[in-house]
Amino acid sequence: MSRREFLLRTIKAGASLAATCSLSYWLYDSTGPDPSQNGDVLVTLPDFSIPGLDGKMSIVTGQDRVGTVDRALKVMGGIELFVKRGDRVLLKVNAAFATPPMLSATTNPQLLAEVARLCFKAGASSVVVTDNPINDPASCFSLTGIAQAAESVGGRVLLPKEGFFKPTTVPDATLIMKWPLLYAPFKDINKVIGIAPVKDHHRSGASMAMKNWYGLLGGRRNIFHQDIHNTIKELAMMVTPTLVILDGTTTMMTNGPTGGSLADLRQTNTMIVSTDQVAADAFGATLLGKTVAQLPYISKAEASGVGTADYELINPIRASTG
Amino acid sequence: MRIPTVRRISQIFFLVLFLWFCIVSSLGEKWWQLRGWPVNWLLQLDPLIALGTMLTTRALYAGLLWAMATVVLTILLGRFFCGWICPFGSLHHFVGFLGGRGKSLREKITVNQYHRGQSIKYYLLIFLLTAAAGSLIAHLIRISLDTPVIPWILIIAGLAIISVLAILKLISNSLKAVAIFLSLVGVWIGLGFFLPLDRVVTTSLQTGLIDPIALVHRSVNLVLLPMVASGVHKLSPVQRYYEGAWLIGAIFLVTVFLNLRTPRFYCRFICPLGALLGVLGRFALWRIGKTRSECANCRLCDADCEGACQPSGEIRIGECVLCMNCRSSCEEGLVGYRMSPSASGEITGPNISRRGFVVTLLSGAVAIPTLRLTGKVGPNWDPRVIRPPGALAEGEFLARCLRCGQCMRICPTNIIQPAGMEGGLEGFWTPILNFRIGTSGCQLNCIACGQICPSAAIRPISLDEKLGRNEYASAGPIVLGIAFVDRGRCLPWAMDRPCIVCQENCPTSPKAIFTRENFSTVRGGVLRVKKADSLRVEFEGDPLQLGRFATGDYYCKVATDADDRRRRIVDNTANTMTIAPTRPWKKPPPPKSFIQIQVRLQLPYVDPKLCIGCGICEHECPVRVKRAIRVTPENESRDRERSLILPAADRTR
Repeated sequence: MSRREFLLRTIKAGASLAATCSLSYWLYDSTGPDPSQNGDVLVTLPDFSIPGLDGKMSIVTGQDRVGTVDRALKVMGGIELFVKRGDRVLLKVNAAFATPPMLSATTNPQLLAEVARLCFKAGASSVVVTDNPINDPASCFSLTGIAQAAESVGGRVLLPKEGFFKPTTVPDATLIMKWPLLYAPFKDINKVIGIAPVKDHHRSGASMAMKNWYGLLGGRRNIFHQDIHNTIKELAMMVTPTLVILDGTTTMMTNGPTGGSLADLRQTNTMIVSTDQVAADAFGATLLGKTVAQLPYISKAEASGVGTADYELINPIRASTG
Repeated sequence: MRIPTVRRISQIFFLVLFLWFCIVSSLGEKWWQLRGWPVNWLLQLDPLIALGTMLTTRALYAGLLWAMATVVLTILLGRFFCGWICPFGSLHHFVGFLGGRGKSLREKITVNQYHRGQSIKYYLLIFLLTAAAGSLIAHLIRISLDTPVIPWILIIAGLAIISVLAILKLISNSLKAVAIFLSLVGVWIGLGFFLPLDRVVTTSLQTGLIDPIALVHRSVNLVLLPMVASGVHKLSPVQRYYEGAWLIGAIFLVTVFLNLRTPRFYCRFICPLGALLGVLGRFALWRIGKTRSECANCRLCDADCEGACQPSGEIRIGECVLCMNCRSSCEEGLVGYRMSPSASGEITGPNISRRGFVVTLLSGAVAIPTLRLTGKVGPNWDPRVIRPPGALAEGEFLARCLRCGQCMRICPTNIIQPAGMEGGLEGFWTPILNFRIGTSGCQLNCIACGQICPSAAIRPISLDEKLGRNEYASAGPIVLGIAFVDRGRCLPWAMDRPCIVCQENCPTSPKAIFTRENFSTVRGGVLRVKKADSLRVEFEGDPLQLGRFATGDYYCKVATDADDRRRRIVDNTANTMTIAPTRPWKKPPPPKSFIQIQVRLQLPYVDPKLCIGCGICEHECPVRVKRAIRVTPENESRDRERSLILPAADRTR
């Protein structure tokens, strides 16, 4: 071995030694992983309500959803009161099940299209429609007619994806803590309207405007059924919408929330538009033949300051499309 | 344009077409999603699938008629399918080409030399086809019993022919001929008489395990696309999962990488379709061959030979995949594709021994009956083998399923999964439903799997038939199984916690899952009253956790008073409890009396007459690791022998 070879080899060995030693020093961890660490930053939804417009409600009877929702908004002062030029609106529909609109288990597509159209008419720059359904998302949005209805008037449908969820903790809540929330669709949104049908629900008593926010939760949300009333209360605390539209044109009286048969439905011909989701649900209960006392989550939501259970106190405007 | 260039264009075209068909096999509203694309076309062009299902079912299902086009062209032209169309072959061809780069002429000649092992594919073909032919053979043997006139006609005809031949002096020992003939007929009738054929001779289609077209569909559908689609979210909004995908992927990778060692390894040694086409093409009108025996012996033709069929010498017609490389590489232009055989001679038949043939034949014939001894098709029916809606009864299903994975790709909820050993070795990679893995259960309004199935192992049912509507009302809906509540795991049943997510999600109307109300006294829930008014009770000590009983699900009852009705608790502190104002106590519970705190539970039950086994309840059950409600294929409607529930007296299912 020549001196030159020896020196070269020594330099290579030295460099390798230095590399291994510095790498292990660099990566050295004396404590092990910290289980409490969670990289995700908690998010919360902002308040989407319009100051000075709280406690407004209208109840319009009539068979045609397009007519009743138009009228209900008009008697409240028009959609322009709620949606301004350039607003980015999110419509939270109930698309939970892959069933046709006829079965009324999901938000009615004509109603959705009309609300989206009115938003654009009032000058909204974009309308996003979203939900995290129970059945296969793509099937749900297409079979319910929601996707086609939204797109026909220029709305954008956002199907839930893994990356769309961010953990949230509802202020003052005990259940919805560090829970995945369908957050990405709310990016740049400044107005939120919930559109839900009135349905029987065996566990909670009824699925209406407040229960509709359940579709913003991700993860293993089914465990919330163990304490459904407090969960619905916290959902109502989580979202302060601009408006809720509770569609009681056809009410699912039995076999809810899936339904599945026309025999489960009854024509109740009522459209409720409200800035107070508690009042809307309290009135919706009457369509199901239930009292507020039978739906503990309504009183719970009222007690946490979300709204008014005795809807007559906020003087709802009543009208009819004849 | 040179012929190999035309061939390459054809290969690229069919490979891209194949990938396109795999991508579009997806439910949705987009223009590129399943909208009458002939996504099964390559499977239908595959004569091994057509022949296999013909042997097992004695019928050629719908689009499988396309295979006739391949057969006819192969009989005329030779194995063009392998060299020009087969997407799996094209993939091997390309990887083999990459592996050959930089190799010397001598090395290329060595790897592309004919190898004795190339006979293996013929044995595999014989084995698989015999296994598929079991019931057909049984049928032929049974003819002597079912129609006794046939043996008599045969005996008379045989004797007549022998006598004619004897009179013409074409056979010398007519007595011996008669004896051999009669003993053969005797064996035939005897077999039919003594063998319990229905039990011994069974059949199932196993060609799909190694059929190249089924294999490549399975690999792309269940491994490649799910991996790519998670990055390209347009293809699928959620990650798709396939149980046992590792094995499918490993086999795919191994077969592809083997090309680096030996080009077209799979085509030469394993491919049963190649073997079948090789046999079909032995009388091809046009064939590759030398126009003159003597040549410079440069062996350029052997160096680039895809099929390893030795074009420079005695060419093996059955191995030639018509890549046409030899024709264009011959500098003297001595290799042609023409009517007359090669001037250096040719070998048309496959290189298999008579002994090997008989051994393979017998092994194939006993393979399925041996597998059936595990009883998986009969009494040892596995609780995990839940077949998709429209699937045939297990035996007929196994006679048709190709394991191509088309149903698993199309299923919108990703619940159709390739089976492992659940259905026995015979059912390996066949579709079974797994309600834990996907995005929901079997969707009520979906019949995609039966519509796409290329061999009708899953029948193309209509929505009316699936749901038992209109003309199918008397038959009732298609039942995949029944859900059973595991009372040891169910939250309300086992742990006093309200839940009933299963009931809520049950999609039938009326719901197959119903509840019975039950009030059960909570642990440590008997408390002594300190004082009380009509709505509020104060207890001794601080026995309560703040707000614990304020969920709306808790009730109280005065323990000492048998007639006291339950009252709903609306709030509680550490030592007080408030009840709902709608029902105050007329006579408040006296001090020192006991109050029971009870939880209102809705206990889920399954109505077996209504449950269709869609598995949505199992999918939604919050008890995740092992669900508290699970579907087993009990009462599945595809096989009457598996019915569990007696029909109602006035209505038969």
